[in-house]
Amino acid sequence: MRYIRPLSIEDAVGQLAGAAGPAAILAGGSDLLVRMKGGFIEPDLIVDIKAIEGLSEIRETAEGFSIGAAVSCAVLGESAALKKAWPGVVEAAKLIGSKQVQGRCTIVGNLCNASPAADSVPALVAAGAKAVVVGPSGKRTIAVEAVPTGPGRTSLTKGEIIEAILLDKRAPRSGDAYLRFIPRTEMDIAVVSAGVNLTIDEQGVVKAARIALGAAAPTVLLVEEAAEALIGRKLDEAALERLAKVCSGACRPIDDKRGTIEFRRKVAGVLARRAATTAYKRAGGK
Amino acid sequence: MNFDPRFSGRKFASVGTRPIRPDGVDKVTGRARYGADFNMAGQLVGRVLRSPHAHAIIRKIDTSKAEKLNGVKAVITAADLPDLTDGDAGMYDILDNCMARTKALYDGHAVAAVAAVDARTARQALKLIEVDYEVLPHVTDVDEAMKHTAPVLNDAVFTEGLEQKPVKPSNVAKRTQYGHGDVHQGFAQADFLVERSFKTEQTHQGYIEPHACVASVSSDGTADLWVCTQGHFVYRQHCAQLLGLEASKLRVTSSEIGGGFGGKTHVWAEPVALALSRKAGRPVKLVMTRDEVFRASGPTSATSIDVKIGARKDGTITAAEATLRYTSGPYAGMWAELGAMTAFACYKLDNVKTVGFEVLVNRPKTAAYRAPSAPMAAFAVESAVDELAKEIGIDPVDFRIRNAAQEGTRASYGPVYGPIGIGPTLEAAKHHPHMKAPLQVNQGRGMACGFWFNFGGQTCTDLNIGMDGTVSLAVGTVDVGGSRASLSLVAAEELGIDYSHVKAIVADTSSLGYNDMTDGSRGTFSSSMATISAARNAIKILRDRAAQMWDIPVDDVVWENGQALARGEKYGNLSPLSLKEIAAQSGKTGGPIAGHSELVADGAGVSFATHICDIEVDPETGATRVLRYTVIQDAGKAVHPTYVEGQYQGGAAQGIGWALNEEYIYGKDGRLQNAGFLDYRIPVCSDLPMIDTQILEIPNPNHPYGVRGVGETSIVPPLAAIANAVSNAAGVRMTHIPMSPPRILAAIDAERG
Amino acid sequence: MAGVAVSTTINGDSVEYLCQPDETLLDVLRDRLGLTGAKEGCGTGDCGACSIILDDRLVCSCLVLGAEAEGRRVETVEGMAHGEKLHPLQQKFLEHAALQCGICTPGFLIAAKDLLAKNPDPTEEEIRFGLAGNLCRCTGYDKIVRAVQDAANVMKGA
Repeated sequence: MRYIRPLSIEDAVGQLAGAAGPAAILAGGSDLLVRMKGGFIEPDLIVDIKAIEGLSEIRETAEGFSIGAAVSCAVLGESAALKKAWPGVVEAAKLIGSKQVQGRCTIVGNLCNASPAADSVPALVAAGAKAVVVGPSGKRTIAVEAVPTGPGRTSLTKGEIIEAILLDKRAPRSGDAYLRFIPRTEMDIAVVSAGVNLTIDEQGVVKAARIALGAAAPTVLLVEEAAEALIGRKLDEAALERLAKVCSGACRPIDDKRGTIEFRRKVAGVLARRAATTAYKRAGGK
Repeated sequence: MNFDPRFSGRKFASVGTRPIRPDGVDKVTGRARYGADFNMAGQLVGRVLRSPHAHAIIRKIDTSKAEKLNGVKAVITAADLPDLTDGDAGMYDILDNCMARTKALYDGHAVAAVAAVDARTARQALKLIEVDYEVLPHVTDVDEAMKHTAPVLNDAVFTEGLEQKPVKPSNVAKRTQYGHGDVHQGFAQADFLVERSFKTEQTHQGYIEPHACVASVSSDGTADLWVCTQGHFVYRQHCAQLLGLEASKLRVTSSEIGGGFGGKTHVWAEPVALALSRKAGRPVKLVMTRDEVFRASGPTSATSIDVKIGARKDGTITAAEATLRYTSGPYAGMWAELGAMTAFACYKLDNVKTVGFEVLVNRPKTAAYRAPSAPMAAFAVESAVDELAKEIGIDPVDFRIRNAAQEGTRASYGPVYGPIGIGPTLEAAKHHPHMKAPLQVNQGRGMACGFWFNFGGQTCTDLNIGMDGTVSLAVGTVDVGGSRASLSLVAAEELGIDYSHVKAIVADTSSLGYNDMTDGSRGTFSSSMATISAARNAIKILRDRAAQMWDIPVDDVVWENGQALARGEKYGNLSPLSLKEIAAQSGKTGGPIAGHSELVADGAGVSFATHICDIEVDPETGATRVLRYTVIQDAGKAVHPTYVEGQYQGGAAQGIGWALNEEYIYGKDGRLQNAGFLDYRIPVCSDLPMIDTQILEIPNPNHPYGVRGVGETSIVPPLAAIANAVSNAAGVRMTHIPMSPPRILAAIDAERG
Repeated sequence: MAGVAVSTTINGDSVEYLCQPDETLLDVLRDRLGLTGAKEGCGTGDCGACSIILDDRLVCSCLVLGAEAEGRRVETVEGMAHGEKLHPLQQKFLEHAALQCGICTPGFLIAAKDLLAKNPDPTEEEIRFGLAGNLCRCTGYDKIVRAVQDAANVMKGA
């Protein structure tokens, strides 16, 4: 086993691509080290990407935000500009693990761990976030929802690294929100979750909407029918009821140690409705 | 026993104060040494191979590849722990649990172990051990296990306690029955009846420190064991017997213990570590992982309980009956029996009957968990009591007060009570401001009572007075939550000196006589009795030395306020001699001054508590929030009130976790699904409110200071108190613990159709 | 497996060690450096008993590789007191009996130190959520919260 800390993304990509055995990318390590401890993976090579220039930065550009792959959620949560523009994304990222885990974990790691219950992912998908993928054959930008392909599996190929997550500049009168259900008040994995991102017009009519559900299917669910339930309407009780119903219906959950199918279905709708209400308020709706 | 333990009603100078504990600074600076903090030169790392199957015959274990791996110094299987139990069935079960002999009986059951130069090599070695299993059908649910169609875990188990010995083996190891009167007649007199069935899931003590030990066995048959345990003397006996060592040659030192709550009363890793050390000829350190703690130490029982209670219109209970089925893991236990004994202990009943069934299942061997078996029984009974009060239309507190046991009541489990605290805790609850605080929508209040026997047992202490007049106190009950502070207070009280001049330690098994373990809420109760006795023995010597120094008869010397006084006018000009002055001269007056005590601390006063809690339920998600919680409990006499409060709060918090979220979740394959703190959800700081406490002091007549054990009772009422609160908040009776959000939401939806 | 040479700073002291690439910082602290104040309660970041501060960030040392400490600053419970003088949090934990068994105490002290450094005047709710990553099974948290509140008051006055 080797541990390396490359200084450039090219070097990191080269090392990963050239690795003979299993290789792992280390940013926060809050998933990787747990899996190593449990004996689920035994990498021959660990590539620590935290020394790569730029990967630990949040950059505000003309197009929006670029969040480096090594930015911890604690750092992300301290970005006032990001919090103002994308409060739902930030609150989702801030829900991952404890304060201790926050000091290490990253949204890219959360995405690449490919858990259906990842907290930041529904919020990122609702936000229309994109992932910048660097690999042996160059750079590509893909939608966040294109990254996980199943529990623990991603579309990334050997040698590829997600360098950054891109969030658009905020349109006026927009708001997002994320809610998850956990049995305790902290430290749990989401039983089911909902991310809602809305843009409204001056009358409070929803112009654009993206709704994503977590822990409701093998991968994050972008529920287009739920968006349609809101677009062109004010967020009245009827719209919210329809939203909840559509979200519950869209779920394809499982029974497991964290919850039942019935519970997840029902609560997915409840959370979507509550998150939509918050997002609407944040967008300036009344 | 050359010692009068009766309550004397004295005034206290030290007892009842709240000084800083003697082991405190080491614990806040990181210096205190727990199980895994100890190392020996040349030590190896021990690791255990565990069965992935819930139930399987072990056909063959091939360790040859592991033995050949470079760095591996010993590999053991059951063959290296031959059966030396000599017909002692309980010890045989312990042996089989430490290392499976012919069958793996649960997911996590140890089947082999290695000692290697480092953890990585040990891990690799485990992978090289080949075990040939024949997987058998398994059963983990208590009710399923009792069916005649269930796979039988042990062909040699025939239900005990039946009038006729059964012809077929079964998973029901034993039936027990308690009670008096005639319940049929009693129910016939009832105007109201409540009959319900309840279930509780298996929980774990959840101590933060995993089991850890360092074992060193020499070829001459002497051995050392450093270990986190609630009872190092008991561990010594068990390990010596299982390993064929002489007890006196096995010195067991208890480390600081990072929580036990009953779970560190049983050997698991220790005999294995000793066997590895013996085979390797080097010390072996064995530390369980968290996953191993959950899968393979001793959780509490899962239960299924039926309760029937009848009462007259005036609120008098006419009869009460319960059938209690408790899992004990794959070996026989006495867990249902404890449930059957405690179920109705709070009440004065003319007609009562409880029946317990010990049920074998493919889960880890059940161990004690704080007032073992009582919380589940209390959940069922106190839920039914609440429901009955509602049906009759009486306030639930008044209903309980009306039927509460009192001095002279014959307990449902047999004995007649002396002075007890159930009535006073209920009266205190009735008048507590918590009871009158307003509630909002979706909020509910619940209350419940709890009982625990408490235990005394064998105890030995040494009290040594140094030449500088300070006192070292060696006790043999492991300090699990501040007892060194309490016992120092007791020694200071009895000798009449300042607390700061007493230093209490927990002595190892070679330095002190046998002590039962710290369980049954006995640590402070029994060791304080032995400390008082030891101090009184030391005072006899102090008086004798003072008499020598004054050259007067010892009968004329009395001990008051930490000094010897010459009694009688003829000694009018003799100044008192302080303990310090007498100690300074001890070399010239007969040598060291010490007091010893060996006793059986009989008469542990029974303990009662009443809890009140407010819960908010989100009717759309089943989420719960604990808004307010109050514990009222009888301590007899609170030696160190802050640590008594701590016991009340800690027990309540554990009960809250059990009531709401904690449970062992098994898959269809019989494997534990949540062997970690991520999905075995103990309460976190933000889950709880402040936990208010009220200490009542109804003296225990069998202890010089009136002390009762306080450690366990506080976990008994919460399951029921919270169930009553949730039921009131949600408008539907909850009968299955834990009341996780999916269960609450399903109950609400079912109620609303 | 080749060892990794690491130069780091622990409680203000320069420290050098060799560790395996997959070895956690917790194992390095405990097994190589003899700093056993940080405890392993779970090894998976769920209990907080191994909490340390790494470059002003509270982390679980079981979720950090020893190799990652290169060039960084590590603070453990062993560095909280100055000689005989206890940190106010340590003193208040003793006075309030905020520990029973004490196994979680080093982690709580470090987490509380980090909390008060970032928020010197926390509400009860902020304390409770700030310490939610640290499990205590003995106390029900009541006395821990009170000790942190009291320490915050003392530290504000200092």
